[in-house]
Formats: sequence, structure tokens, C-alpha cells
Amino acid sequence: MVESVFERLEPLLPRVRKPVQYVGGERNAGTKPWESVPVHWALCYPDAYEVGLPNQGLMILYEVLNERPDALAERTYAVWPDLAELMREHGVPQFTVDGHRPVGAFDVLGVSFATELGYTNLLSILDLAGIPLRSADRDTSHPLVLAGGHAAFNPEPIADFVDIVALGDGEEVVGDITDAVKEATASGLTRRQTLERLAAVPGVYVPGLYEVSYGADGAIVAVTPTSDAAPARVHKRTTSDLDDWPYPKKPLVPMAETVHERMSVEIFRGCTRGCRFCQAGMITRPVRERSPQGVGEMVEEGLKNSGYHEVGLLSLSSADHSGIGEIATSLADRYEGTGTGLSLPSTRVDAFNVTLAEELTRSGRRSGLTFAPEGGSERLRKVINKMVSEEELIRTVATAYEHGWRQVKLYFMCGLPTETDEDVLQIASMAHEVIRAGRQAAGRGDIRTTVSIGAFVPKPHTPFQWAGQTPPDVVDQRLRKLREAINSDRSLGRNIGLRYHDGQPSLVEGLLSRGDRRIGRVIERAWRDGQQFDGWSEHFSFERWMDAAAAELDGVDVDWFTTRERDDREILPWDHLDSGLDRGWLWDDWQDALAAEEQDDCRWTPCFDCGVCPTMGTEIQIGPSPVAQSGRPSLPITPVEHRTSTPVHNPALAADRR
Amino acid sequence: MAGETEQKGARPGRGTKPGEAAHPSAPTVAKLRMQFAKRGRARFSSHRDVARTMEWTLRRAGVPVSLSHGFSPHPRLSWIGAAPTGAASEAEYVEIGVTEHLDPALVAREVDAVLPEGIAVVEVVVAGPGALADRIDASRWEIETPGVGDEELARAIEAFLAAPEVSVERVTKNGPKPLDVRAAVAELRLSLTRTDEPASPDREDRARAATCGRLAAVVRHTTPAARPDDVCSALRAVAGLEFPEPVRATRWAQGRLDDRGELIDPLAADRAATPA
Repeated sequence: MVESVFERLEPLLPRVRKPVQYVGGERNAGTKPWESVPVHWALCYPDAYEVGLPNQGLMILYEVLNERPDALAERTYAVWPDLAELMREHGVPQFTVDGHRPVGAFDVLGVSFATELGYTNLLSILDLAGIPLRSADRDTSHPLVLAGGHAAFNPEPIADFVDIVALGDGEEVVGDITDAVKEATASGLTRRQTLERLAAVPGVYVPGLYEVSYGADGAIVAVTPTSDAAPARVHKRTTSDLDDWPYPKKPLVPMAETVHERMSVEIFRGCTRGCRFCQAGMITRPVRERSPQGVGEMVEEGLKNSGYHEVGLLSLSSADHSGIGEIATSLADRYEGTGTGLSLPSTRVDAFNVTLAEELTRSGRRSGLTFAPEGGSERLRKVINKMVSEEELIRTVATAYEHGWRQVKLYFMCGLPTETDEDVLQIASMAHEVIRAGRQAAGRGDIRTTVSIGAFVPKPHTPFQWAGQTPPDVVDQRLRKLREAINSDRSLGRNIGLRYHDGQPSLVEGLLSRGDRRIGRVIERAWRDGQQFDGWSEHFSFERWMDAAAAELDGVDVDWFTTRERDDREILPWDHLDSGLDRGWLWDDWQDALAAEEQDDCRWTPCFDCGVCPTMGTEIQIGPSPVAQSGRPSLPITPVEHRTSTPVHNPALAADRR
Repeated sequence: MAGETEQKGARPGRGTKPGEAAHPSAPTVAKLRMQFAKRGRARFSSHRDVARTMEWTLRRAGVPVSLSHGFSPHPRLSWIGAAPTGAASEAEYVEIGVTEHLDPALVAREVDAVLPEGIAVVEVVVAGPGALADRIDASRWEIETPGVGDEELARAIEAFLAAPEVSVERVTKNGPKPLDVRAAVAELRLSLTRTDEPASPDREDRARAATCGRLAAVVRHTTPAARPDDVCSALRAVAGLEFPEPVRATRWAQGRLDDRGELIDPLAADRAATPA
């Protein structure tokens, strides 16, 4: 019998900030009786509730698992220090927000790592749950700690703390893991036997079944399986047809305020633009589009079940969906006047983006438009494979101002490979030109642009995985010079906002991104010294991290892991984990980058053999959808006679309308 | 740019000027007044949380709420004095502008069906003449005080009622302000509706549960409003009463305080104005 800890938690809640985040009860959430199923999942987003609740991945798996008759899934999030301290004092363990059941009682604790900045929170969560920090210290009474998400493509820094890792798309692998756990429990397998059983599940990596050896130069000599059950290479999972997986069907609607208060529909997965810095674009290949009909149905269902005012059409570059024009027009038509906003993230820098944004904001809301040239100079944009000329960018932005946008946001990165001060300073001249052209196009002077800059962190499974990370002081210095250059012309500079963060946290992110198993000790030390909530500047301490690294690393140091460029002979910590990309292709693309040579998008040009499709047995899936081809409307037609100020048609109320 | 030609279909805007809603919402034809409850776990929600939740819930239920015009349309909801975060309430009120005439009982049923756990519709009426805000100037609260028994409370109440003024410090946006709780409190006594919950045998705080007093208070809506916490602070100030655990407050009613010290149901006038 697993009992709720809510009665013990409740008296603590009036003493903490925003207690509503800990009580659950979200619309569309629910619990099952504990004894009704053999496999119990606790799904965790290792950050605050306000960040974790809207996470699509977790929401999808929550529904997929709860639809199974043999499993239940509940959710747990990182607890802020104010409550964590009270919980320790009163002996209340880490709990799920659904049933307030202790996390330690579950069979699987699945943790979704969107970024590496959740690693210290993982340790806090394990500790509060009473689960031994190290996999080696756990037995069958403890949950299997599973890591997933994009950061799990290099799980080596947390290899000692997790039992299993799921590579790639989660929809199907969670079912296979459920089956394996159910069987293991039924046949009374030991922990080791269970892990070996799980190692046979495609896409599942069991770090504890491998041994890593290092050479005198600090580099990895070999990663060797220590069990026959462990494959030499683990290949990622790929969900092939998104239309078969229309999740989330019933988005969780929280009472607490969260960072994304909208319903989201993933309109495609994967990206083949080939931006060389972009880990997401590399590890989620190939492109798999949801059909316009599927998108329409999900929006309809999602709005009905959530009541949200905004729909986000999500993907890595949503304007690239082959049917986006049709999707945008149909949705805008259908929800016009219902107080429903439509938005999509897009990294494109062309006129089509403006047309699209115009369509989506037809019924009002027109705040700002974002373009992401990413690199300041044309040369640098060739290095990163973001093909846009300055002329095209200026023309596009001028069009946006001409069509009524007053605020345009430009997104760049600093610290890219081969970057010089001059490349970064060109952001200033570009921004000046944007204001000049924008004023002319808009016929008024009060237009604004915000230049937003992120520090580049080289990531595993990208062509830049070999690059040396630019030291934070170099990044900071370039950004100071950029600020001066922007303000060198006051008449233009006053309409330009500049946003950036200092470079130090990026170095820690770099250490965790490309670290190997030796970084686990650094994470544990930093955490024991009080480090957690790394994504929050008020909780982040660069010194604490550097002290931990100095204390725990031997023969190698932070620079070795971050600012050092690797050669093609070095065994990278994640080389035995297969994202589908051919290592030779990645290296060639890295060499092309250094020579400032571009690579096309294989959606519109011939295949360039990145390796994903043959390795994974997948293919690029883009429209036009069969339905659209036959000339029929591809979005489901619903009666619109009562679409007044709400997108939801309730027959019960309609029946009585006079 | 690759992909340009593949993507036809998006049309340019239809002559809408920036910042101008293309299709302003239909006009408000009626107002509904809803009494709702905030119970159990939902008591930890703030007013903003409840307001957001209600907006989304009304859309889920398909209620045609009228929208404000202009740049960023908002549903037309007017809120009356929300219970503070942490307090439960059986008597919260919101006024809803709608674009169609609707049966209030049906709205109550349909909205209640899609509210999250802990929020519940008590009643919906069609607004008659007069402003709802004019019919509410006080609340009746019940305050449970774990760790402080009725006897201790009774002594403190006596001291409180005998005092001409009981000032507590209240932190507002403009810094700490003194608040005379004595002036705000119209009535303070031990609650007569005491129903001790059976203490579960394995509860650590069983002993304390046995000494959980209950206060009943009628509090006028002063500015700043005196909250249940302020009432407890006042008891601390006047009688040195310490509360070892957070108190649990429930608002049972809001309304206008009549000459006999009773609260008049603020929806009574609307009910009377609506033909059956």
C-alpha cells in the first residue's frame, strides 16, 4: 500500500512561496489506484513546476503511459529550497503532484533532460526521495532511474546516477520498458538481471554495463561492455508517423502560473536545415511532418479540452512545414473572432515568415516578430550553415515594419567557431541598417529592434562537437564591444535593445554537455556544496562549479573539456551512442564549416548522406498530404454557427439559446 | 532560399490595420453572476490563478463570454474581493459578460463539469439591476487554529473585544501599514458548528488535532482588507496568543451587513428580479 503524503505536506504549504505548484489537481490530470496496475512510473522534469508543467515530452508520455491498462504515470518536479528544507525537517519525501505518492515507491523514475542544467536537480530529487544517488547502491526496492530527452544523448556525466537511458523519441520505448519491468518483477529478477533485460530493449542504454578506460593524455581509450547483454552501440528510437501519435490529446491545464500558457501541437519533428550548432536539429532527424488534417484535429481537441487562448504550432522551424500556408490559413479562418491566438516559432529569415505571421495574427494580436540570423557576418553564417544574406535579412525585416510590426527581435549567437571580434561587430551595423530601412519602410521613427544574444555551447552529435568552446571572457569582451558599436550612433542605437547574459554559465553548460563519466564527481561535489537550479541565475554559482571541478578532476580540467578543440582520432564520450548521424559525415561537415562551405537542406535537394535514414530505417516525410492532393479540404470541417467568443461549441448551451 | 516555392497558401492580411481587431467581439447582451467555491487543495491558489482558471474553464464549457475590443481582446469578467492564497471559500463571486441569453442553471452545470478539482460552481444567476459590488461589504469566516484550543481562544477573544483598538502591521505595496483589526471585526466568537474530525490513529499530530480551536468572525471589507491572518495577528497582539501551525480559514459568506449583524445574500436581489 502506497499512501499519499499530502496530509503531512499540507501544513508546510502555507509557509512556502507559490504553494499551488505543489498541490496538483490540474485539469486533465488524474490518478489510478496503486494496486490496479503492475508498473508505476514517476515522470520527472528536473526543474521548477512553472517550467516543467508545460513540457510537451512529459505530457505526451504521461498520457501514453496512463492509456495502458498495466501502467500508471504520475508527475514530479523539482522542489524549491524553501519547501525542500521544510520537507527534510518534517520527514516528507519527494512526492508526485498527482497522487502525492512518495517517488521512492515507484518502479521507474523517468527524468526528462531538456538541458544539462537539470543534473544537480536530479541529485536533489533523488536525495529528497530517499533513493541512493548512485546506481550501484540501488537494489530492487528502488525505482529504476531513467534519463531521457535531448541531453540524454550524452548521459555520461550522469552515468553513475542513472540506471537506464532512453535515446530518441519516447512514445514507443516507454511501452517496451514497461513490458520489460513488468516481466522482471513477475519473474523476480535481480537488479542486475533486470538491467540486462532492459539493455536488450532497442534505444535503451544501461551505463552500468559499460566500462570506460582513459589514456595518459586524459582521453578515452575504450568504452567496453561488461555484459553480453550490452550492445557495443546503442541506436536511438524514432517514432515514424506522427499522425499515429496525436498527443497530448488532453493538455494539462494548471492552476499555477507557468512559462507557456498555451496549447501546443507539434506540427513536425526533426529538421534538416543543417544548422551546425543545433543539436536538436541533428539528433531528431529525419523530418516527419504531421498532416494538416492531423494538426487541425489536434488543435480542435486541444482547445476543447484546455480552453486555452493560444495555440502554438511547434517544431524546430515551423514555417518549414510543407503545408504551413494551408494550415495557417485554415486555422486563422476557423478561429477568427474567437479570441484564440495562433503562434509559431520560426527560425527562417525570409519574406514568407512575414506573410505567415500576418496570417496568424489576422484577428488582432500583433506584438513582435523574431528572426534568427544567428551569425553576425555573412562569412560566419556560412560557417554555421545558416544561409541568409544581409540584403535578404534587411529586406525581410523592412517588410515586417512596412506591414505594421513595430518591434522586431533578432537572435544571434556569440562564441561560434572561427568567430572574430569583427564578425560580432557586424551585428551592430546590421542592426543599424535594420532601423534605417525599417524607418523608411514604416514611414515613422518609433520602430524598435531587440538584439538578443546567446553564448554558443558546442554540443554532442553536431559537426561542432569537435570545436573548442570560446572562453567566457572572450565572449563577454566581444559583447561589450558590440554594445559600444551599437551605441556609437545614438540616433539609431536608441531604438536598439541589446540582451545577453554573461558567458560563465555557458562554460558550465559546455562542461556538462561534452563531459565524460569523470564529470559525475564534479556534479556531485557541486551539488553537495549547495548547487542546484542551475538554470536560474540567482541560484547559479560559477565559483562553486569551478571549485568542484578543481577538487575532483585529476589530469584533466575544465579547459580540457570545454575550450580544447578535439581531433578526429579522439574517442568522444558519446561515440557509442548512435543518433543516426554518420561520424564521417559529421567530421566532413565540420571541415566544410571551417572552410565556410554551406550544406543544402535535403528536403528540397538530393540526399547528402548524413546517415540517419539508412541507419534508422526511416525516411523524410513531407506533404502534400494525400487528402490535400485529392482537392478536398484537409482540415476537418466543423459547424461554425456558434463560434462566437469561444472556439468550443457546447450543444448543451446552444440548445437553450434564445 | 530553399523551400520558398513549396509553400503557397498563406494570404496577405485583409486590410486590417495593426493593433486593430479585425472582428470585434459580439456585444454584451447580458451579465451572469456566479458564486463559486475554492476548496481543499485549490485553497492554495491565488486570485490570479483562479482568474486564469475561470477564463479557460468558461472557454472549455463553450460559454460565449464577451471580449474586450482592441489590440489584445480579454474576456469580460469582473471579480469581487478574492479570498487570499491559502484560504478556502464557499462564497467567491465573479460577474461574466456574455454575448447571448443563456439559462443560468445550464451555465452552472456545464461550467461546473469542466472546472478543475477544488473549484466548484455554487450558483449562477442573471444579473439584475444594481452593481454586485454594492451588495458586498463584509465576509463571514471560520478559522481553524491547530495547536490552539477553544479555551485559549475564548480568553483572547474576550481581550480583543474589550480593546478599543487592535493595530497590527500589514505589509502592502507601499510598505508596512498599521491596520486596526478591531474596527474591521464586526463579530468574533468561538464557532458553534464545531465538528471535530476523527484523528487517524497513525497521525503524529494526533495530540495537537485534539486541541484545534475554531473561530467565527464577521469582518468588514476595509482598505486594506483585514484577512483571517490579520485577525490571528490581532489575537497575538492583544493576548499574546501564539499559533504553532498555520491557521486554516474558510470564507462561508459575503454580503452586506444588516442592522442585526447578518450578511444579506448578494444574489438574492438578482434571483428575485429573474422571472421563474
